[in-house]
Amino acid sequence: MADDLRNRSTILGTIRRALVASGDDAERQQAVATRLAEHRRNLMPARAQLPDKKRIQLFREMLTSVNATHVDVARLEEVPDAVSHFLRTHNLEPRIRMGRDGYLRGLPWHRIPALTRLEGPAEAEDECSLSRAFGGVAETGTLVMTSGPGNPVTLNFLPENHLVVVEAERIVATYEEIWQRLRYLNGEGVMPRTVNMITGPSRTADIEQSIQLGAHGPRRLHVIIVGGH
Amino acid sequence: MQPTSHAFKENVARAFNDANLQQALKKVPTGFVEKRALARERLPEFDALRDEGIAIKRHTLTNLDLYLEAYERKVQESGGHVHWAPTAADARQIIVDICKRRGARLVTKGKSMVSEEIGLNAALEAEGIRPVETDLGEYLIQLRGETPSHIIAPAIHLTKQQVEADFRRVHTELPPERVISEPPELVAEARAMLRQKYLDADIGITGANFLIAETGSSVIVTNEGNGDLTQSLPKVHIVITSIEKVVPTLEDVSTILRVLARSATGQEFSSYTTFSTGPRRPEDPDGPEEYHVVLLDNGRSAMLGTNFEDMLRCIRCGACLNHCPVYQAVGGHAYGWVYSGPMGAVLTPSLVGIDEAAPLPNASTFCGRCEEVCPMRIPLPKMMRHWREREFERHLTPSTVRQGLSLWAWLAARPGLYRKVTGLAARSLRLLAGRKRRLRHLPLASGWTRYRDFPAPEGKTFHELWKERRHG
Repeated sequence: MADDLRNRSTILGTIRRALVASGDDAERQQAVATRLAEHRRNLMPARAQLPDKKRIQLFREMLTSVNATHVDVARLEEVPDAVSHFLRTHNLEPRIRMGRDGYLRGLPWHRIPALTRLEGPAEAEDECSLSRAFGGVAETGTLVMTSGPGNPVTLNFLPENHLVVVEAERIVATYEEIWQRLRYLNGEGVMPRTVNMITGPSRTADIEQSIQLGAHGPRRLHVIIVGGH
Repeated sequence: MQPTSHAFKENVARAFNDANLQQALKKVPTGFVEKRALARERLPEFDALRDEGIAIKRHTLTNLDLYLEAYERKVQESGGHVHWAPTAADARQIIVDICKRRGARLVTKGKSMVSEEIGLNAALEAEGIRPVETDLGEYLIQLRGETPSHIIAPAIHLTKQQVEADFRRVHTELPPERVISEPPELVAEARAMLRQKYLDADIGITGANFLIAETGSSVIVTNEGNGDLTQSLPKVHIVITSIEKVVPTLEDVSTILRVLARSATGQEFSSYTTFSTGPRRPEDPDGPEEYHVVLLDNGRSAMLGTNFEDMLRCIRCGACLNHCPVYQAVGGHAYGWVYSGPMGAVLTPSLVGIDEAAPLPNASTFCGRCEEVCPMRIPLPKMMRHWREREFERHLTPSTVRQGLSLWAWLAARPGLYRKVTGLAARSLRLLAGRKRRLRHLPLASGWTRYRDFPAPEGKTFHELWKERRHG
C-alpha cells in the first residue's frame, strides 16, 4: 500500500515536471472537467446518416461483409421459429443457452417443443447461445452487448454459434448514439461491467495471414433483426 | 527480456539467410498494405478522422496527470483497483503479488505488448505460476520460446510448415497420424487445446488498447475472442497497460477506433471491441470478482516535453511496420527487442537506452512511408534523426563513420577544394568504369559492390552540369 502511494506520486511527479505543470492549476482542472462532462462528439462519418430503412439495409450489408448472417422477422414472437430454423439448417442439437432477458424469456418457446432452453452463463459444452443486443451500429455492422443477468458475457464467446436478436429501432447510425443511450439509462460516466462491440464472428490471420473464422470465439454469428421491414 | 538491438547488423545477416522468414515476409506487402489502402478508400473521412485523433491525443498528453487521476477515480468508484508501476520490475512485482495472494497456479493471457515489454511470463514462471498465451500468434511464439516479430501479428515470421512441426512436437497427446498441414486445421487444433485452459485458469491477464477517463473503462480490440474468454472466465482480471493509453471520453475513443482497425488490418472494425469497467456487479451471473489495472510508466513520462513526445500518440496499429522497406526485408526479430519497425526504432531507444539500441534509428531509408501511413501522423523519420544526433553526440557512432563524416564536413566547408576533389573523383570513376559504365569493385564501398555494380558517374559533377545548363 505504501509502495502503491509512492509509485503513484513518482509517476505523477515525473509527468508534471516534464509538462512543467501543476496538478493544482485550476485552469487545467477546469479544462479536463469540462471535457469529461461535455463529452462532445467529434467528426462522424456520413456513411450511416441515413433514413431508417436505408440505415437498416446498410446494417444488413455490413453484417454480410464481416461474415455474419442475418434474417428478418416481423415480430419478436417469431424469434423462436428463426432460432429453430437456424439450428436445423446447421444440423445442430435443439439446445440453446440464454440469459434471463425478460423479453426473450416471454416468447412463445412452447411452439418448439423439441428445443431445450438453458438459462445462465455459458458452459463448455454449450454449442449455441442466444442474446439480445443493446443496439446495432449500421456504420460497421456492429452489435453492442451489455453484460448483466439478461445477457451473461460468456454467451458472446464460449459457444461456437452465437445468435443475437436486435430490434430494428435499436439499429443506430454511429457508436456515439449508443453512448448516448447508455448514459440515458445508467447515468453519466457509468458503464455496465462489460460492453462488447461485436463485428462478425471470431477470426484470426495469425498463420500466414490467411483469414480463418472461429479462432476462439464463435465460428458463426447469426443476427435476427426484428421489425426491420 | 534482454535486448539484442546492439547486434542489429548480425541479426539482419541472420534474417537474410533465413529461408522460412524470407518466405513468410513475402506476404507483408500484399496482405496488410493492400487491405489498408482499400479501407482508407472506403471511408472518405479517414484523413479528417486522423487529424481529430491527433488532436485528442495531444490534448490528453498535455493533461496526462489529470486524466490519469480522473481515470483512477472512476475505476475505484466501479470497485476496481489501480496500481502504478514506475518500472518494469514494479509492474512484475505487483502482478506476481496479486497472483500469490490468490494462490494462482494457471494464468491465461490475452495479447499484450506491455506484458512482453516487462517480461511478465518469465517472472510468473519463476514463482511457479504457469502463464498460457491464448492469442494464436502469441501461443505459437510461446511454444517456440520466441518474442513477437510484429506488434499485431506476433508470429508473422512463421510458415504453416513450422507451425505444424511445433504442434506435433508439443501436442503429443493427439494422434500422430492427424492431418494439420493447412491453416484451418492448425487453427482448430489450437482452439481445442486452449479451450480447457480458459476454464481452468485462476487469473486472466489482458492488455488494453485504451483507458477511458470518463468511465474508468479499459478497452481491448481483438479479432479472435481469446482476450474476452481470458477476462470473463477466471475469478480475477488483471489489465497490464501503460500510462499513455488514456483518452478522455467514449466519443474520443470512438474517433480513434475508426482509424485503428483500418490502419492495422484494413478491417472497418475489429471483430471484438470490449469495454471493461470494474469487477462483476452483484447481479451479474459471470465475469471476474476482482479487477486490477497496472499502469506502467517505464520511461514514457520522461518522453513528455522532449523531441520524442509525439511517439506517445502511437496506438500500436503496426502500419509503419507493414509499410517499411527495412521491416519487409528483415522482419521484427532483427530489431532485437519487443517493438520493431519504425515505431520500434524510435521507442526502443527511449525504453532501453540509446547505448543498447543505437543501430535501430539507422535502420531506415528515410523513405517516409511510415509517417505517411501512421494514423497519428507521428514524425518517425524526424525522431530517428534526433536519435542519430544523440548517438553521434554520445560518441556511439563507429570511429570510421565519425572520421568519414568529419572529413566530408571539412571538405564541404571549402567550396573551391570541394569542387576540385569531386570533379577529380567523377572523372576518375568514369575512366575506371570503362565502356560498360559500371564498376564491379569500388574501394571503401565493398558493401555495395558485393551485391550489385555501381553505376559510374557521367564524368562531370552536378555543379559542372548545372553551370553548363545555365549558360548553355
